[in-house]
Amino acid sequence: MSAIPMVEMVKVTKRFPGVVANDNVSLTIDAGQIHGLLGENGAGKSTLMSILTGLYRPDEGDIYIKGKKVDMLSPKDAVTQGIGMVHQHFKLVKSFTVAENVILGMKDMGVLYDKTKIQAQVERFCTQYGMCIDPAAKVWQLTVGEQQRVEIIKALFRGAEILILDEPTAVLTPQEAKDLYKTLRLMAGQGKAIIVISHKLSEVLEGTDMISVLRGGKPAGSTKTELASEQELTRWMVGRNVTTHMDRAANEPGEVVLELDKVSCLNNRGQLAVQQASIRIRAGEILGIAGVAGNGQTELAEVVAGLRSIESGTKHVGGVDHTFSGSRDMIRAGVSYVPEDRLGTGLVPGLNAVDNYILKSYAQKGWLINWQQAREETQDVISSYDIKMANLFNPVKMMSGGNLQKLLLAREINADPRLLVVVYPMRGLDVGAMAAVRKLLLAEREAGKAILLISEELDELFALSDCIAVLHRGEIMGVVHPRTVTVEEVGMMMAGKRMLEQHAV
Amino acid sequence: MLYNLLSGWRLEKRGTVSQVMMVVVPLLSIVVGLAFAGIFIALTDKNPIDVYLLMLEGAFGSAYGLSETVVKAVPLILCSLAVALAFRMQLWNIGAEGQLYMGAFGATWVALSFPEWPAVLVLPAMAAAGFIAGGIWGLLPAIPRAYFKVNETITTLLMNYIGILWVDYLVYGPWKDPKGLGFPITAPFSEAAILPAFGVTRIHLGLAFALAAVLVLYIVLKYTRWGFEIRVSGESAAAANYAGMNYIKNILLVMFISGGLAGIAGMTEVSGITQRLQHGISPGYGYSAIIIAWLARLHPVAIVLVSVVFGGLLVGGFSIQTSGFPAATVAMLQGAILFFVVGGEIFMQYRLKWVGKGRSA
Repeated sequence: MSAIPMVEMVKVTKRFPGVVANDNVSLTIDAGQIHGLLGENGAGKSTLMSILTGLYRPDEGDIYIKGKKVDMLSPKDAVTQGIGMVHQHFKLVKSFTVAENVILGMKDMGVLYDKTKIQAQVERFCTQYGMCIDPAAKVWQLTVGEQQRVEIIKALFRGAEILILDEPTAVLTPQEAKDLYKTLRLMAGQGKAIIVISHKLSEVLEGTDMISVLRGGKPAGSTKTELASEQELTRWMVGRNVTTHMDRAANEPGEVVLELDKVSCLNNRGQLAVQQASIRIRAGEILGIAGVAGNGQTELAEVVAGLRSIESGTKHVGGVDHTFSGSRDMIRAGVSYVPEDRLGTGLVPGLNAVDNYILKSYAQKGWLINWQQAREETQDVISSYDIKMANLFNPVKMMSGGNLQKLLLAREINADPRLLVVVYPMRGLDVGAMAAVRKLLLAEREAGKAILLISEELDELFALSDCIAVLHRGEIMGVVHPRTVTVEEVGMMMAGKRMLEQHAV
Repeated sequence: MLYNLLSGWRLEKRGTVSQVMMVVVPLLSIVVGLAFAGIFIALTDKNPIDVYLLMLEGAFGSAYGLSETVVKAVPLILCSLAVALAFRMQLWNIGAEGQLYMGAFGATWVALSFPEWPAVLVLPAMAAAGFIAGGIWGLLPAIPRAYFKVNETITTLLMNYIGILWVDYLVYGPWKDPKGLGFPITAPFSEAAILPAFGVTRIHLGLAFALAAVLVLYIVLKYTRWGFEIRVSGESAAAANYAGMNYIKNILLVMFISGGLAGIAGMTEVSGITQRLQHGISPGYGYSAIIIAWLARLHPVAIVLVSVVFGGLLVGGFSIQTSGFPAATVAMLQGAILFFVVGGEIFMQYRLKWVGKGRSA
């Protein structure tokens, strides 16, 4: 233990109108330490880190960096202090290249900069930390996982000594997550202090040195990682014991709802994203899609939802040919879709909960919208799905991630679909919200819905799915039963190993 | 240095924007805009307060002034509704001026081609022609916008010049009235093609058109499915596609209707005011409409109120010409007001907070 902590936050309090986001929170992080910050959504983790990165000023309390009291008035001050943040929602200029994003806003680059030199530097950085990425690629062409790498590189590039990562592994495969922690360990070894905000207990228990937990804006506990247990951390986070185990009822699947036959489609860059993919989902069945982010999952979901055109192959829903159907036709055909991009595609950030709840159903009845009925329906859904929001008429962008997901799921489920397409449903959710989403999906399965579940969490896919199809570079490596294969076997398929025919369904 | 003067302040985002702020900020912006323009009036050795009082008197101080203010408000309302509708979908239609001219052209074509038609036939036909001609002028830039993402701000602006010069070509050329003593005007319309006026004023039936448009647009935006689609599309094109809305169709439709509304303004001007097509039928109604729509926060009812204020500004501007001010003074006032209105937007979203000096850089 070094004598002077790298970061010391002492009795920090931050109030927002109507809520105390941080109440007397203290946090100490030493150099060379990976510190896990746990807490449910709305526990105040993000606010605390926003204070540390100069976005907010605390109402009370002090911050010391390397023993020196600092008063940070802007994110710029925080960067000067060597604090770097990798946000959950990326702050990248999508029309710029990776290299341009990395140097964006850096003062000492001069008026004219040497593009190739910067690209080389970025490239060297990528290989050094095992995060390979084309520095000349435009950010809008990258997958979410790749965009996150840009964010990490960006912070490192600014010489961050204190690196804060908000849910860094949410978009990574288990292997990538392991690599990330290896990188973080390397950085800690060089005397950097690292703060990881996370919901994943197993990952935090494995990868960190210290763990601090926040609940309802207050400190709920802090411990050395080697002394921590999953049960104890969960109790600190939610204030009670939570069972993560789920019962899957035995279910006799019904008729085929979705059938894709040798479907190929392009990605936004015009390259082949899905090749000759064939899948079938029957009523009352959950088909999980496993794969490393960016291997065609998003595109596959968009094809099913009618948002991406099919280059070749056919798509049938309920026996009807929907190969050339657009999104409106697919909605009419009974396909609900919970997209990867919840706020912006699935929900309209600037509109309120009522507007968002009727986003699809508005088209059903006549010329006029019955706002009275819409309000009542939304009110019902909010209470039955236990969605927390300040006001029905506030823009939904003010809601927390877990509540946004619940609202989105509630809308898609209440549309009484035949087929439910769910993409990364647990991403960014806390333990409680994840359990709620799992329960909802299983209930839908029992209600005889066909579900296409795309997830990066193998545990989750194994727990929920009847079958798992593995995508690698847009090709289906095989369709397997979760109870006849091991996680390792699926992991191999994710890396490109084709399943032998006899294992396939 | 200004920089040092400002360096101790920081902008902090407001949690919520209150209803009061939504009204106070634009009003304050107008006052500050007038005060700012007052500096330039003072530089001409005139007392700006006297000048403003003179304008107020001219615009609202007499029955005649008031009626003229309403006359100016009619095209302003129609053009403001036009741009507000497009703005709601984040389509930056700044081509209302050209669409107005094309609407005037369409209406004039009907009036000159069918001089023998009775009023019940020719007036609706003129309105329809004005709407369609203006609508097409809005639709033309909408097509490249919808299919190829060509920036509509620039194309709608450029279409203005084409529209205005097309009308000029007609009134200086083929449509010029041979009995017009060489003036750039067409032959006067038949009695039937002239919108009836109220009493002795110049207030014509176009006012009813404008108010009807306000009502229809208010209901459409608030209560109809299509209004909902426009709102969603304006907020997020991705969500609109996701929800099964036809984004491209809506761009085309909104721009057509937007252009059509401005086209109606052109029709009411030629039919109710000039009673013929002539050079310079609009003193920039289509441009003022941008400021009005913005000030009114794109709300149809608020547009009526703001349009009357701006109509008054125009009429007041004419009345100070007798004290030696050019008509361009009004343009300067409008510019100053827009500047502070847009600036005021910042203070609606943020508040200034003193954080003290001597902070680390």
